[in-house]
Amino acid sequence: MEYKISNRLKIAAIVMIVLGVLGVGYGFMDSHKYETVKDVEALLKSEAHHGDEDATESHGESESHVEKAHDDDAHGAEAHAEEGHKVSHEEHVLHQIHNRPYSALYVAAFFFFMIALGALAFYAVQYAAQAGWSPVLFRVMEGITSYVLPGGILVLLIAFVADSHLFVWLKDGVTEVGHENYDKLVAGKSGWLNKTGFFIRGIIFLAGWSVYRYFSRKFSVAQDNADINDNRNFKKNFRISAAFLVFYIYTESMMSWDWIMSVDPHWFSTLFGWYVFASMFVSGITVIALVTIYLKSKNLLEFVNDSHIHDLAKFMFGISIFWTYLWFSQFMLIWYADIPEEVTYFATRIADYKLPFFGMLAMNFVFPLLLLMNSDYKRINWFVVMAGIVILCGHYIDVFNMIMPATVGDRWFIGVPEIGAILLFGGLFLLTVFWSLGKYPLLAKGNPFIKESEHFHY
Amino acid sequence: MEASKVIHAIYTDDDVLMSAVKTVKAEKHHIEEIYTPFPVHGLDKAMGLAPTRIAIASFLYGCVGLTVAITMMNFIMIEDWPQDIGGKPSFSYLENMPAFVPIMFELTVFFAAHLMVITFYLRSRMWPFKKAENPDPRTTDDHFLMEIAVHNNENELTSLLKETGAVEINIVDKDEDAH
Repeated sequence: MEYKISNRLKIAAIVMIVLGVLGVGYGFMDSHKYETVKDVEALLKSEAHHGDEDATESHGESESHVEKAHDDDAHGAEAHAEEGHKVSHEEHVLHQIHNRPYSALYVAAFFFFMIALGALAFYAVQYAAQAGWSPVLFRVMEGITSYVLPGGILVLLIAFVADSHLFVWLKDGVTEVGHENYDKLVAGKSGWLNKTGFFIRGIIFLAGWSVYRYFSRKFSVAQDNADINDNRNFKKNFRISAAFLVFYIYTESMMSWDWIMSVDPHWFSTLFGWYVFASMFVSGITVIALVTIYLKSKNLLEFVNDSHIHDLAKFMFGISIFWTYLWFSQFMLIWYADIPEEVTYFATRIADYKLPFFGMLAMNFVFPLLLLMNSDYKRINWFVVMAGIVILCGHYIDVFNMIMPATVGDRWFIGVPEIGAILLFGGLFLLTVFWSLGKYPLLAKGNPFIKESEHFHY
Repeated sequence: MEASKVIHAIYTDDDVLMSAVKTVKAEKHHIEEIYTPFPVHGLDKAMGLAPTRIAIASFLYGCVGLTVAITMMNFIMIEDWPQDIGGKPSFSYLENMPAFVPIMFELTVFFAAHLMVITFYLRSRMWPFKKAENPDPRTTDDHFLMEIAVHNNENELTSLLKETGAVEINIVDKDEDAH
């Protein structure tokens, strides 16, 4: 089946990009209204004043709130304090306000990139496991993974431009003894956390993933035109997929330290790489299901039946629970031991991000658990779509919760800059994916498992 | 009632059995029972058996297990004797919940699994020392047996079953005590 990106989709994606650019631009202008500490003083005063008018009770709250904000900074400030340096609260707030548009961009860019990377990992697993059910979905997966390279470049670019707005370890003088920004803990990690290393590693990761994606697509298309008994391209794909999975699980782990965990350079967690992996895997599978259902609704995937959707929904269900398992394992171990250097991570999130932090648990766990448990529901398209949308929103908030508390603290909001960034990268994602889907027929007809897959029945 | 008679048609291949079931159903004869040595995929569909509800039962048992876990730990750890154990907050259930989750999870699984298995045993009438209901021991090895009640239509049934590829057809008086 041939597919060409429809004009409506193209226009919708372009409108999303334009709106997104406007939103992001507004975000940057808005944050630069506050140029100096003086502006922030006025802002804080008006906020405190506002509390006064409401009720005496809320006055008390806002006061304790300010105090708490100071406490939260404490873990960051501790190391500074030793050096006899203290950032005023106003200056701190000013930084947070300036960080917001960068963080909003970064969160959205990473979210869409991780969908593509998760789909790529799923694709490699299908090849390496020689799965008999999924080859009819290979072209859909290949379409989604086409965003790995552009998406990854965008993430790295934003990291490069945002610099110390995202990564405090990139501030001037953090590693210089005696400098006012000197941070002993970060200086100790500078062997890994330095700008050159960050980008060299980032480029190696991205190159590795893109090279696999390039060759797997190439062999997959070549297999289409190969002789009926010629499975050489399939075998090549099998081998490079197995190799890629080894490379992927190492680099994905390191990528999660670099690109996400390092926004909190004083904090560390050993299962963080797995946690990020579960998040991207489930988002990737969800998007595969959504794109499949979309194309099927256009009658372009006659060979995809209910059982394929059922299997994808089973994966969405299972990996959602796997994500929750890792989230809880990380949270509970740190909560239980309550070691101050680790627990600040969750203390700040529970203090300032209560709704997104626990809300994502409902969206990523409770909702899919109850909705996708029933075997019949897993083959009803609109049920899968509904669960998929909630899962995707939940995992956006998951990334939001990983980045924002470190960069904007309690000054977070899902407003124009955040939604603008989602629209911008969402539009780019749709454009890339559907343009790529139109390049080759939607049935990978040369795959030796394609007959089995077409007749797959659960 | 007259002594009920049943016809036993024996097959040696599951594909033949499946098509025989379809023929017999098409002729509107009621199949009492089919004995097979292993699960035959799609046999329940062909016989028109209602889908099982054991998964629903299991879900409900899981909910019971979760409730038991929560009630138990809330009473013991929070209400009855809220001790300070290593600084864990025992003021309310929610505050100390992460510590209870492993038990909540395990009890949910425990109840869901065990009660479902017991339900299965009860519904399929299986217990130790139960007398086996096997009409022909070969059906536990390599033969398939279809049992159809006879209502004065022995000859018609016999010829129908012969056509479907049965290797052996026996008419037996059903011993009511066998159950």
